[in-house]
Amino acid sequence: MLALCVLVHLATIIYAVRGGLTAAEILARTRGSVAWFAFYSLFVLAIVVHVPIGLRAVLGEWLGWRGASRDVVLFFLAAVIAWSGMRAAFGVFL
Amino acid sequence: MRSDSTLMVRVWRGGAEGAYQAFEVPRHASQTVLDVVTHIQRVLDPTLAYRFACRVGMCGSCAMTVNGVPRWTCRTHVDKAIENENEITIGPLRNLPVIRDLVTDMSGFFDKWARAKGQFQGGRTRHDDIARVSPESESRKLAEAGIECIGCGVCYSACDVVSWNPDYLGPAALNRAWTLVKDERDTAGTARLRAVAGDAGCHSCHTHMSCTERCPKGISPTAAIAGLKREVAKAALKGIL
Repeated sequence: MLALCVLVHLATIIYAVRGGLTAAEILARTRGSVAWFAFYSLFVLAIVVHVPIGLRAVLGEWLGWRGASRDVVLFFLAAVIAWSGMRAAFGVFL
Repeated sequence: MRSDSTLMVRVWRGGAEGAYQAFEVPRHASQTVLDVVTHIQRVLDPTLAYRFACRVGMCGSCAMTVNGVPRWTCRTHVDKAIENENEITIGPLRNLPVIRDLVTDMSGFFDKWARAKGQFQGGRTRHDDIARVSPESESRKLAEAGIECIGCGVCYSACDVVSWNPDYLGPAALNRAWTLVKDERDTAGTARLRAVAGDAGCHSCHTHMSCTERCPKGISPTAAIAGLKREVAKAALKGIL
């Protein structure tokens, strides 16, 4: 799911930015698009699931951090990612 | 310096703490690293501790770290070991506690085998008919691909995840669990899947494939672990894990 989102995101950006693009031009095209908002909401969901799980393994293997404290911190990280990701999606598409 | 008739060898002496000791060993044609270690112990220093048994590549007892790589020393030709180096460095297998010199304590390795439920659990008694298993069935072919493991510990020593995560069951234990998951006679079922799931189990494998690269029997624990990941995921989705 995440791989698919990344590919669509990259392809769309590369296509849209041909010949240069300003923030105002981007927002003029993306605002009001419920379909793209839905797509990017799924992207945020995939990231919120994938990143903390992956980071959990890395923290355990490289810092030796295990136990409940690691999971608590990663839960808050997931919440921060969800909040900032959805804030961006709202800002760009709605 | 190495001449054509002698070989410089460094051998680990001590336990967890220790040092490499240098020896000069006569070079012969068709010489294995086990020949070198044996010469050192018999002629130069009888206090050297090491393990071997069959010396013909069947038992796996002589596994050691040779120039940083875990190998069977009886099957490692000196010419191959010094391909890119000027000398041979011999140490005990990685990821296992060192008892002395080249001898490691493998009990943890076999404990993890047990924790992965690596034992066959049958449902028949001596009074029942022999089970009929077709060697052509898909599950039997998958089991056969991993069945020849003799527990030498080379894959376990090669695995970086084992060195980073002390709880990780390791490639050998998980490979054995896979052969039993694929054994249609086995009755352990989801209990074994539960044993190999989780942080200590198959999900911690990063598919580095060091185990597959180093296995002297040509087994691919990576493929077995990938199979376990699929089976565990299927069981989890069905809600039976």
